[in-house]
Amino acid sequence: MRSKGTGFRAYTIAYLIFLYAPIVLLPIFAFNNSTIIAFPLAGFTTNWFRELATIPALHHAVWNSLVIAVSTSILSTCLGVFAARASTRYDFPGKGPIIGFIMLPLVLPEIIVAVSLLVVLLGIGIELSAWTVILGHVLICTPFSIAILNSAFQSLDKSLEEAAIDLGETRWSTFRLITFPLIMPGIISSLLISFTISLDEFIIAFFLTGTQPTLPVYIWSQLRFPTKLPSIMALGTILVALSITLLIIAEYFRRRGIARSGGQDAGGFL
Amino acid sequence: MGATGANRGQPAIMDAKTRWGRFRRSEAASGLLLISPTALYALLMLAVPLAAILLYSVLTDGYLTVEWTPTLANYAEAWGDPLYRQVMLRSLFVSATVTLVTVLLAYPVAYYVSFHVSPSRKSLWLFLITIPFWTSYLIRVFLWKVILGFNGVVNSSLMTLGIIDEPLTFILYNVNAVVITLAHAYAPFAILPIFVALEKIDRSLLEASQDLGESRLLTFWRVTLPLSMPGVVAAVLIVFIPTIGDYVTPQLVGGPEGRMISNAIQLQYLRLDNYPLGSALAVSAMAIVTAVSLVFLFLNRRFLRVRQQ
Repeated sequence: MRSKGTGFRAYTIAYLIFLYAPIVLLPIFAFNNSTIIAFPLAGFTTNWFRELATIPALHHAVWNSLVIAVSTSILSTCLGVFAARASTRYDFPGKGPIIGFIMLPLVLPEIIVAVSLLVVLLGIGIELSAWTVILGHVLICTPFSIAILNSAFQSLDKSLEEAAIDLGETRWSTFRLITFPLIMPGIISSLLISFTISLDEFIIAFFLTGTQPTLPVYIWSQLRFPTKLPSIMALGTILVALSITLLIIAEYFRRRGIARSGGQDAGGFL
Repeated sequence: MGATGANRGQPAIMDAKTRWGRFRRSEAASGLLLISPTALYALLMLAVPLAAILLYSVLTDGYLTVEWTPTLANYAEAWGDPLYRQVMLRSLFVSATVTLVTVLLAYPVAYYVSFHVSPSRKSLWLFLITIPFWTSYLIRVFLWKVILGFNGVVNSSLMTLGIIDEPLTFILYNVNAVVITLAHAYAPFAILPIFVALEKIDRSLLEASQDLGESRLLTFWRVTLPLSMPGVVAAVLIVFIPTIGDYVTPQLVGGPEGRMISNAIQLQYLRLDNYPLGSALAVSAMAIVTAVSLVFLFLNRRFLRVRQQ
């Protein structure tokens, strides 16, 4: 069967080129010595990267985004551990609907999440800040955490926990000494994925951020000014390099987790 | 971890005598207790807000405030105004086209990775497919503007090659640009569910089909495709539902004739401060998406039943 795959292979490679086209262009324009984002190229420069160091508004936005992304990843991973543990280990009434509802933000248009949270927060008089963005981001990151942690818990051998309990450990110490170390790769992978999603999320941040813009909101505000575009390209290059690095680390831990619990590698993150 | 008392003997036995005590130690109680933080969060941050926009959508918009007078005027405007109707129909059309294009283009990729890539390299291919998805969405969309623009990559290379004399204008600031950009953004969402469904197919069924004299093409049509339909259905929904609410793409590459429903919702909320009308538009959009998804699921119920057997 494998020999017949050449046509499919060529198609898949063409599809990958389509997927990567925009990302490949990014560094090209970031190093291009011209204020206009178009071909033909004008020469090599690192000015656009140096310009980034001189914009205080950008630095504030980066700091905001980092605070939000770190808080979001920790909170959504905690909520994810609870839900993934409950859904893989226990049977309880209403399990399907409850899990389904928690996973709903995965398919719900983000603008709906954003406006509905905005209405409630303003309705009860909470001022928009980094915290309100965190509330929204935790909501949309938790389903991803659950999906990752579900596979970590599923590949866990139940008899290890039972053995620990039989040998006199309590439920909690079993979790701490046996379960937790075994799902650690899943937890790290969930932290990294939530961090990446939160760092990149625009719509919810756009609606809920108040006066302190996050990085994507800052980028959005700059896209209107043609002279700012080359430095945005430079910023984008840094971001892409950063997220690819984070992803490789996350993928490494995910695979190590599967290898550690002796399972078969069944695919990617989702 | 509410079961630490299990070893203490006496209280546990006394507990077990009452119905509540039995429930408290049961698997159901432990599960519910464990999931409650996450469920509670979803309830407060999702169920309550969704209920709130439902409520807002039937209130009257006053000057700077919202008045507590129930009305259906917002819905009358959202559904009756030709402008909103046009935007809504366009959103549906764009989403449906994006879904069709994305799923059709994604199927062969998922098929290739599932059937023609050796098992040890599958996760590498999936990783390659998902990487672009995790890079800045805003910047990706903006780069499509660069690619499709008047002096963009497509136009300048076609002109250098002498294929066209003047830049193509039908590829930016209209519905085509929105479809291309969204089909790019949602590619992994379509590939992964189809891949998972293809992976689950028992390969001996395909051998059986061919042993019994079916051609490769007919084997695909009568065995592989029906068995992979749960994945296709999932892919359709997972692309269709979020794309209808996409804001960034129509705003950046759509131009005035490519605006979609989320642009209208954003306008009402953040610019015109008309929360009731914005809520009515949001609720209507959700209702339409839900209705279309349910009809789609109903039409495909035959394939989904196969999975449960």
